[in-house]
Amino acid sequence: MIAADTPDHRAARLLTVGPDGEIRHRRRSDLATLFDPGDVVVANDAATLPASLHGRHEATGAPVEIRLAGWVTPGDPTRFRAIAFGPGDHRTRTEHRPPPPRLTPGDRLRLGPLTAVIERLLDHPRLAALRFVGNRASVLAGLARHGRPIQYAHVPAPLALWDVWTSIAADPVAFEPPSAGFALDWRTIAAWRERGVRLATLTHAAGISSTGDLALDARLPFDEPYRIPEATSDAIHRAKRRGRRIIALGTTVVRALEAAASSGGGVIAGAGIARNRIGPETRLAVPDTVLTGMHAPGESHYELLRAFADDGTLRRAAESAHEGGYRSHEFGDVMLLARQRVATMSWPATEHEEGCAMVLS
Amino acid sequence: MTKITDFKPAADKGFRGLRIAITGGTSGLGRALVRQFSAAGARVAFVARTADRVKQVAAETGAVGLVGDVGLKDDIYPLALQIAGTLGGLDLLINNASILGPVPLIPLADTDCEDLEQALAVNLVGPFRLTKALYGALASSAREGHGALVVNITSDAAVNAYPEWGAYGTSKAALAHMSAIWDAEAAPQGIRFLAVDPGDMDTAMHAAALPDTDPATLKRPEDAAAELIERIRAALADRQTALEAASA
Repeated sequence: MIAADTPDHRAARLLTVGPDGEIRHRRRSDLATLFDPGDVVVANDAATLPASLHGRHEATGAPVEIRLAGWVTPGDPTRFRAIAFGPGDHRTRTEHRPPPPRLTPGDRLRLGPLTAVIERLLDHPRLAALRFVGNRASVLAGLARHGRPIQYAHVPAPLALWDVWTSIAADPVAFEPPSAGFALDWRTIAAWRERGVRLATLTHAAGISSTGDLALDARLPFDEPYRIPEATSDAIHRAKRRGRRIIALGTTVVRALEAAASSGGGVIAGAGIARNRIGPETRLAVPDTVLTGMHAPGESHYELLRAFADDGTLRRAAESAHEGGYRSHEFGDVMLLARQRVATMSWPATEHEEGCAMVLS
Repeated sequence: MTKITDFKPAADKGFRGLRIAITGGTSGLGRALVRQFSAAGARVAFVARTADRVKQVAAETGAVGLVGDVGLKDDIYPLALQIAGTLGGLDLLINNASILGPVPLIPLADTDCEDLEQALAVNLVGPFRLTKALYGALASSAREGHGALVVNITSDAAVNAYPEWGAYGTSKAALAHMSAIWDAEAAPQGIRFLAVDPGDMDTAMHAAALPDTDPATLKRPEDAAAELIERIRAALADRQTALEAASA
């Protein structure tokens, strides 16, 4: 696949994988007509913080980049978990970035107009809890002025906030954009409304997707706070009861829905922290389909996709995307992946009925 | 940004808890709106260009003051981030900041293109950009059954062809028409748009435009704000009725 290296032509193409594994090539605009009346599309309406901050380590004068990566107390913008890098910027691949100066509790970092104090290290020399000096308003003002969106070497040009806010971006709680939302525009949402397809949202504080450090990457995704409105929980219950589909826009939505899944087949409204990991062993309770970027084996999001489809199906989809020249990464093309039908054994109810039947559920 | 842990729906009685952003909040109508909405228990963030005056109005009212210029593209998202982050979302956006264009007022034939562009940048493109940046927050408010209203402040100069009001009148006419189109498009999402002419007020802007007017013949900005707040109350109540009818 080709890396999408600018935010300009996002999500132009759409690869669909049906419940029976059938692969089709479509346009992103076809999303407007792919769902049926009563289906519910769930999207993450988190807006993205400018979470990359360049500055200096006060004690040594050494350059440092801080990437805010997680909330300490959800909604309190004065304290974060953060990843630290040494000199350089996003144009260097994260795995090649030099380490930050040795950080110890009490160290101060000068980050433009902001001052951060290291509170403690979190079992890794690059991962720390920090506190900004100031109150909510002054810290937000400092972030707004000095912070830049977190970005990676495949997009060399500097990104602005408008590049990383989706059309539905509302509350700025994510550290990286919930990028499946880039496939959404208000024309598509209006077309869904006319078809009777419901757009529902949740707010999930999408965290950092890559650190360049193997030990840290193995700990991703970090715990992520989320909130599910009553209206969304109600819409999911109604759709489930009527046998309609739940389409999750992005992996963050899958994670939040599964974290909030109730035993009755719906989701519990309210605030929570997603600590779950989703992989091939996960029995998904809520989403029937996921809209996702193009992910290859080895990437962290790929594990989550294995909850929807077996490796053979995912491999065929990846090959088809590769041959078709699909573009990868957050500003690239998208894939609509249905949970694959699995054969389940249905045992006879009485001894008088013979054998067992394979049914498709 | 409080929403994730500390979510409270905006109160349905009065304006208590309603999340409001007002541009041009340190003078005239804007300052009167900041004062009155703050006194009514709303959660208010306001924007203005001059840091000292922002600090002064914030200290006086308890509202959150943000320094920025809606005429500058690069100021818009930092402002949207601070508005949505501080208030934890947004229910009501009042695009009030505006400039007259060249002062003293002059005929269009004498108006520099750059001055017309600047009037459009502040009075038309600025409100468009800020509304677009905050549209997701407003749509979220609407989905949760709160306010979701955008008020664009216009003028009788948008309707009448007053000589020498070309830059201002043109920008306000475009803003009024844009409000109507926004309203038609956004109504299904539950977001309403109002274009409101507050009338001739005793403000620094009016004095700059028409210095010979007797201030006693002009409306006090406090009274114009009170009238506007009543219109907003009615619009929010209409919305509530429509929402209840839709969900019934």
